[in-house]
Amino acid sequence: MTTVEDLLRDLAPQVLGALLRRYDDFAAAEDAVQDALVAAAEQWPADGLPDYPRGWLIQVASRRMLDHLRSEQARRRREDAVANQEPPPEVPDQDDTLVLLFLCCHPALKPAAAIALTLRAVGGLTTTEIANAFLIPEATMAQRISRAKLKVKDSGVPFGLPTPDERAGRLAAVLHVLYLIFNEGYASSTGPDLQRGDLAAEAIRLARAVHALLPDDGEVAGLLALMLLTDARRPARTGPNGELVPLTEQDRDRWDHAAIDEGVDLITATLPRGPLGPYQVQAAINAVHDEAKTADDTDWPQLLALYGVLRGMSENPMVALNHAVAFAMVHGPAAGLDLLTTLAADRRIAGHHRLHAVRAHLLEMAGEHAAAVEEYRAAAGRTTSLPEQHYLTIRAAQVAARCAGAQPIMRDGG
Amino acid sequence: MKYMLLMQASERIEHPPIHTWEPADVKAHLEFMRTFSDKLIADGEFVDAQGLAGPDEAKVVRSTAGAPAVTDGPFPESKEFLAGFWVIDVDSLDRAIEVAAAASAAPGPNGVRLNLPIEVRQVMAAPSTDA
Repeated sequence: MTTVEDLLRDLAPQVLGALLRRYDDFAAAEDAVQDALVAAAEQWPADGLPDYPRGWLIQVASRRMLDHLRSEQARRRREDAVANQEPPPEVPDQDDTLVLLFLCCHPALKPAAAIALTLRAVGGLTTTEIANAFLIPEATMAQRISRAKLKVKDSGVPFGLPTPDERAGRLAAVLHVLYLIFNEGYASSTGPDLQRGDLAAEAIRLARAVHALLPDDGEVAGLLALMLLTDARRPARTGPNGELVPLTEQDRDRWDHAAIDEGVDLITATLPRGPLGPYQVQAAINAVHDEAKTADDTDWPQLLALYGVLRGMSENPMVALNHAVAFAMVHGPAAGLDLLTTLAADRRIAGHHRLHAVRAHLLEMAGEHAAAVEEYRAAAGRTTSLPEQHYLTIRAAQVAARCAGAQPIMRDGG
Repeated sequence: MKYMLLMQASERIEHPPIHTWEPADVKAHLEFMRTFSDKLIADGEFVDAQGLAGPDEAKVVRSTAGAPAVTDGPFPESKEFLAGFWVIDVDSLDRAIEVAAAASAAPGPNGVRLNLPIEVRQVMAAPSTDA
């Protein structure tokens, strides 16, 4: 990304904030800011940076806003003083990024809408860029964003920080949206490709901005550390043909050690301060993985303890499943398989491909290869992820080949 | 999550093929389909939609040792064929089913609902995080 783009995206929420302090029309103000960003992206690289980039953007966006208000006025055949209003003050004395995040991640919005609106209004991405990142047509994304803006407008939430009693819940919603954006980039839930790094990088950039504004919030720091420590493994997560490489088989020299150092420092400084939250614990879990020189060096007893803590905070059966993996790594595969039997009674996870995949791994560890093959096949048949399906299918074939000498190969496909 | 909605048609089902319908019924059907896609775009859920030419035009191709074998298709024993599909991007399976149900209600001859079976299939994506 070029410097001009970086600058524009940093300034985007500040310019929108300045406009919203003056004009109470979120949808129109957001459009005006996008127009100003596009104008700047065209003019600045050719003409050079203006002396006051933020002031320039605010002025251009304000002019658009006034044009819009004038045409609205004409449409309504109503005369008033709006057109004579002065542009807003050029340099707002506070950063509105946080206020905008609270607005865009409003609980009234569904996640897909909140994500799209956040990327545009706070991230300064264009609709085309967001549509491309989510592999959907631009017209669809444009509608998604304009609907989200209307919903924010209709919700009547004033432009300002939430009240103290709402604050924790609203901040949790903001962090959840940032986490979903990160995961979309890291895990790429909408495409065949494993990784679309730009979204992960954007989520990290936004998390950094929130952390800079709320340096004492443990969960904000925890989320940023979690993103850094997870994203650090990205270069090693895919093979040369885009195939999935599991954590234990990754080339750890290819991990981003600067990101690991930053994430470890951040979570180490944050944990003792309290109060503890799930993002901090997940960051600590990822720090333990990232600090192991080899897969065999992984400190499983510590991971088991951390998953125990996380289980106490989360009802999510996936956490219980990861806990069972750690339990098996400490106490042996048979003990882990016992836990899975209990877990399989949970209807939210029974039949889930990850339950089958974990059972397959533990059976393989226990030397029960024929049973492992069946579980790998069951997992491959149920996953909705193509690279994961390929990985599980190959794994099933490898284990089947290993036990082919001892037993006939099953031909029924499991 | 993305889902593909497959509209199955069948030669043995109750209503005759569309090219034998009254013009007004054909128009109403096409208008329904257009409005249906427009609404998906307006709802921010549309990814793609295509209608397929009739099975009389279909070919089945198979590689062989020499020139590929090409036969008229679809598969001769099959009575059902794919008439068209939508790809949508929605929040949940429940929503995908709701959209499929709406598509199934497309009007046929005399404006009577076709109640076509719509197959709902999730589109493969990338895996979740690994630790």
